[in-house]
Amino acid sequence: MLQAKIFIRLKPNVLDPQGKAVSNSLHQLGYVKVVETRVSKYIEISFDDDNEQAVEEQVQKICADLLANPNTENFTYTIEKMGTV
Amino acid sequence: MRVSVITFPGSNCDRDAQRAFSERGHTSNLVWHKDRDLQNPDLVVLPGGFSYGDYLRCGSLARFSPIVNEVVAFAESGGLVLGICNGFQILTECDLLPGSLLMNSGLTFICQHQYIRVESANTPFTSNIPAGRVLDIPIAHKEGNFFIDPERLKSLQDNDQIIFRYCDRDGAATSEANPNGSLDNIAGICNIQRNVLGMMPHPERASTEGVVSRDGREIFAAIENHFDSSR
Repeated sequence: MLQAKIFIRLKPNVLDPQGKAVSNSLHQLGYVKVVETRVSKYIEISFDDDNEQAVEEQVQKICADLLANPNTENFTYTIEKMGTV
Repeated sequence: MRVSVITFPGSNCDRDAQRAFSERGHTSNLVWHKDRDLQNPDLVVLPGGFSYGDYLRCGSLARFSPIVNEVVAFAESGGLVLGICNGFQILTECDLLPGSLLMNSGLTFICQHQYIRVESANTPFTSNIPAGRVLDIPIAHKEGNFFIDPERLKSLQDNDQIIFRYCDRDGAATSEANPNGSLDNIAGICNIQRNVLGMMPHPERASTEGVVSRDGREIFAAIENHFDSSR
């Protein structure tokens, strides 16, 4: 079993009002050194497959086809072996 | 005119849209998203709501509904497609329209009357409405903040594809009149072929008797005008 750990991030030029609101709240809590917060999505997908190359090809396509919106988002991922249950 | 309104799981403005057209004497059908027959429409409406619960991104999962393949083929063959609110989000996710609808800059769901300015009469959806005309059409959304990269924004501007802008009562498209942070106050755009229109405001909520504004009728009348003159 392999697991893909996928981060979907807003592109740097896209405003993140959610992140801005979180920054404001952190400032109110006293974390005055916080400069910026960006809120992202984290997705885990498990595969019944041990072929890393085959899984990576699929993950690349899955991200491009569905998980990330190419207009506004970038994606990165790692692929790891899962422990046997 | 034959109108097909698509019902996705989570659509909640489908019946309002259907009724807005049937009250005007048109054959207006609801088409279930798992169907593969559009029922020979002159106009397809993708209604407002929360298709697939807005999971992942608003509108992103609707394109896997079987009927959407038919909608895309219909649009690509020149058929008229109107996407309202979630329908606009779906059209961008299907790549029938450029850009994306992000979370409102104020982070809240906004439900209010909103003035919008008609920017171009050169679409089937605004034919005979003079550019500059101000309409009062309600908005109700949390993800209506239109975003597009600078090159493609310029392309929208250069090709007269921005059809509605948020404005004040006097028609000034100011930042104060922009409810959600949309780039360039964009409330609605069309594709380059001008047969697909997406708009965040809800004309179907401003058309029937007993509501405060009935300015949405101007858009429906424009579609009828286009339809009558193209027959």
